[in-house]
Amino acid sequence: MPQQTVPDKVLELRRVSKDFATQRAVADVSLEIPRGAFFSLLGPSGCGKTTILRMVAGFETPTAGEVWLNGQRIDALPPYQRNVNTVFQSYALFPHLTVRGNVEFGLRHKKRTDDINRVLEVLKQVRLEGKASRKPSELSGGERQRVALARAIVLEPDVLLLDEPLSALDPQLRKQVRVELRDLQRRVGVTFLFVTHDQEEALSMSDQIAVMNGGALEQVGTPREIYAQPRSRFVADFLGAMNWIGGIGVRPEAVSICQSPTKTGRKAVVTGVTYLGSFCHIAMTLAEGGEAIAAQVPPGSAYQTGQTVCVTWNREDEVRCEAS
Amino acid sequence: MLMTVTMLAPLAIIVVYSLLTRGAYGGVELPWTIENFMRLWDPVYGIIFLRSFWIAAVATALCLVLGFPLAMFIAGSGPRKNLYLSLVILPFWTSFLIRTYAWMFLLRDTGILNSALQALHIIREPLPLLYNDGAVILGLVYGFLPFMVLPLYATLERLEPSLLEAAADLGARPWRALVSVTLPLCAPGIRAGAILVFVPCLGTYLTSDLLGGSKTVLIGNLVQNQFTASRDWPFGAALSLALMAIAMVLLFTARNRGEEIL
Repeated sequence: MPQQTVPDKVLELRRVSKDFATQRAVADVSLEIPRGAFFSLLGPSGCGKTTILRMVAGFETPTAGEVWLNGQRIDALPPYQRNVNTVFQSYALFPHLTVRGNVEFGLRHKKRTDDINRVLEVLKQVRLEGKASRKPSELSGGERQRVALARAIVLEPDVLLLDEPLSALDPQLRKQVRVELRDLQRRVGVTFLFVTHDQEEALSMSDQIAVMNGGALEQVGTPREIYAQPRSRFVADFLGAMNWIGGIGVRPEAVSICQSPTKTGRKAVVTGVTYLGSFCHIAMTLAEGGEAIAAQVPPGSAYQTGQTVCVTWNREDEVRCEAS
Repeated sequence: MLMTVTMLAPLAIIVVYSLLTRGAYGGVELPWTIENFMRLWDPVYGIIFLRSFWIAAVATALCLVLGFPLAMFIAGSGPRKNLYLSLVILPFWTSFLIRTYAWMFLLRDTGILNSALQALHIIREPLPLLYNDGAVILGLVYGFLPFMVLPLYATLERLEPSLLEAAADLGARPWRALVSVTLPLCAPGIRAGAILVFVPCLGTYLTSDLLGGSKTVLIGNLVQNQFTASRDWPFGAALSLALMAIAMVLLFTARNRGEEIL
């Protein structure tokens, strides 16, 4: 997405907290979601990302803080009065209604029956025009997911909330759907608030990512910023493998190995070689300091356990985080 | 095998009896006849059948109206639902007869309800609470409400909560979500509950006998009369077969609509 100088925010969370009986699920989170963005909330399970989504949808009320949608405060409104829609993790399609009935449901209940002719158009957008009279039980997982999308998109929400919508799909399909979902978001132009625990998903699809941990926001930024300049060890580790050497982080793909010693290189002993098809994962121990270090090298490289090698990396690939 | 015999033997006896001639002092005699079934077409019995249907239908409808909110409440009450479910089943721990007598003590002219209302000077004369159709329906609703609540609870319990969230998310207010999502998805439970209440209500004789007095003759009482006062066992057998046939038709119509809950 082309970055505007002052992005127009469609959704804003102001110091939102949510306490459940035994724990604080969300702790003092402030967020601004730019209009038209694909915005991901990324974090491990239990980090509060789904609770944030549910507070925006209206299924949970914040214990403290405010939720603003299009300049209107919405945190006290019931779900049916908010112009946001949700794609549920389980899709929550109505089993007694057809595909068309599911997609029409919102239009009927929001008294927008004039728009019913748009149902077919939206079904076409998600390639389901031939399945309008099927019941959800007659559809594949991918098709159900697209019905859930169509049902929400047809209402033209200010923000579309997606709660791990790919987690129920099999891994092969998931990668394909990522691209489709991203394309759909661009075409329709609706703001997506996408919850996921899969860093690859978040990196590949998002304009912006907010990384969460233990109910709090760790970092907000573009995928590149988050991956290359993580502000905390948590973010660095959650976004991908990271070597920590004397408080400095280096991603395995930035580490190069050579057989003979170099001036800048450090000696290391190979402790394990794992062939992974497109690359080889080499586990090593630094001779000096004894810290573990891993590298990704081309699959053809021949290293053996016990071999002494030399590792180097560029200074600009080093990551320095605040102590945490 | 034993099950089949114990189930079918009494039924076979009823079928045989219904085709025999009435004995002078009860019992049955030869010759074979279909006379007993021809007599069922007498309008007098038709009226009794219709009255029984009407009362059973009203009782079933009331059970549904009362049972649905109750089942929803139990299904939504979290860890306490087992307690509430056992409260629903609790009345079964005592005899239905005793519980029906208890209602008589409550409802009769000198009963607890009328005495209390009179003592409070709300009414001067006792209200005619007992020995009418209302009392019979009350007794039936009281007796068979659990048979409605339990299957309703079973379907509501299985209802995925995210479906109601989805309904709200798509703009449906709670009442409309109830009508357009909860009710249609509970149809199997409603159907099962309705059959479980309607069929025994249709054949009831105890409730109508005790709470309805002599004014309220239902099919059940008619059958009972044939075997006692009237000493017309073959006709009693024919009547009960007719009742059974109707109940089975209802059951199969409901089943054939693709339900697995019964």
